[in-house]
Amino acid sequence: MTEMRYIDDVVTLELDVSRCNGCTQCTLVCPHGVFRMRDKRAAVVDRNRCMECGACSRNCAQGAISLEPGVGCAAAIINGWLTGSEPSCDC
Amino acid sequence: MSECCGPSQPCCGGTPALEYEYGPEPYVDGTVDTFAGPVKRVTTELSSEDRLGALRVRLAIARNDYRVRPALYAIGAPDDTSPVLVTGNYKLTFDTLRGELGGRDVWLLVIDSRGVNVWCAAGKGVFSTAEVVRGIRDARLEQTVSHTRVVLPQLGATGVAAHEVRAATGFSAVWGPVRAGDLPAFLDAGMKATPAMRRVHFELKDRARLVGVEASVLWSRRSVIAIGVLVAAAFILPRLTSLSGEIWLLTMAVGVLAVLAGAVVMPLLLPWLPGRTFALKGAIAGALLLAVLLAVTVGAPLELWAWGLLSVGTALASFVGMNFTGSSTYTSPSGVEWEMRRAIPLQIAAASVGFALFVVSLVMGQVG
Ligand code: SF4
Ligand code: SF4
Repeated sequence: MTEMRYIDDVVTLELDVSRCNGCTQCTLVCPHGVFRMRDKRAAVVDRNRCMECGACSRNCAQGAISLEPGVGCAAAIINGWLTGSEPSCDC
Repeated sequence: MSECCGPSQPCCGGTPALEYEYGPEPYVDGTVDTFAGPVKRVTTELSSEDRLGALRVRLAIARNDYRVRPALYAIGAPDDTSPVLVTGNYKLTFDTLRGELGGRDVWLLVIDSRGVNVWCAAGKGVFSTAEVVRGIRDARLEQTVSHTRVVLPQLGATGVAAHEVRAATGFSAVWGPVRAGDLPAFLDAGMKATPAMRRVHFELKDRARLVGVEASVLWSRRSVIAIGVLVAAAFILPRLTSLSGEIWLLTMAVGVLAVLAGAVVMPLLLPWLPGRTFALKGAIAGALLLAVLLAVTVGAPLELWAWGLLSVGTALASFVGMNFTGSSTYTSPSGVEWEMRRAIPLQIAAASVGFALFVVSLVMGQVG
């Protein structure tokens, strides 16, 4: 079965290749194969698969990756809207 | 997918560590001596008690937080050169891991993840750099092993920064595979995971398990009350209105079926339902099921009031389906917000129009 895809062109993931030192961490921690090494630097090869879990940015010691991590959960977002705070999944 | 680290439970539950009392440890079958003192050894055979416990957690009969005391454990007869695998203290994870590691000599460092699986715990920040550092220090790992390598669960990477663990403890991290079942192959390959081992999937059995867990959680709480209210309403409403009891029963059946469509049918059929948004998938599942229900009970072509019920039910199924995003393994918060901003106004519109149709038909005496 092919993997399911979510909505295109919405995620906040950004990679600043100029900061990358080629440590490969992001390619190891990403659960959706978003990164691949290209010419000894990280490259985003499938951006729309990103679920904004934040594993890559947390493990990039160079600070080359930025995104707004969070949980993709409707209840959390409703909580966030209602309380005006960060979305959280505390049910 | 095994429940090694993936979402075998919705990301809820867990009480603070300090308030938790750990039970007996029937899986401990001896000790292994190290320079840092004796370490408990655990069996790799799962007992009937372990399996029963897992079943009870799945069915939400037992507490959802089902924990192991955070500590270093030995599997087989590890020595100072043996690998160290780090994991959380959700007992189902612990059981799955030791079940996969039969015949091997490894150390298992169990971190306090508040009884929540690694992925959810990492997302909530309880399986964190600080907890891993604390676990390594408390176990005095540098005296137990002569190497400086720990295997961290890949799904813990959301909460743990490997370079910070190394800076704080001297231990560098190797990322283990997503699924516990791949651990033997990973270890045999010299701690290398293939790209496939690094990918998270969302297969039918994963979704079925989530549906089961969520349903059992719901079942045990609100739905008992809700069903009671519905049954009472089915008796009372016909006496208050001129409508027949059958219409009210049908209305309630529409409500129940709409929730089932969004919470059970939509998740199970996820890849086969058209569209990318969960709201649309839920709406389609709901509309199809409800159309069949209404056609069978009141007959096609539908009258106006039945269209009204269909519209309200479809909106409800869509809303419930949208909530399954929280259990999926591939939805981004930006995407969920994107779909909610578009779907919620439509859901409200469909529900209002449907309700208005139903009431207008009712007033005009077309119903019953
Ligand atoms: S983790 Fe950062 S530095 Fe390392 S390869 Fe990825 S982008 Fe480059
Ligand atoms: S946020 Fe998560 S899913 Fe997105 S690229 Fe980073 S590791 Fe991959």
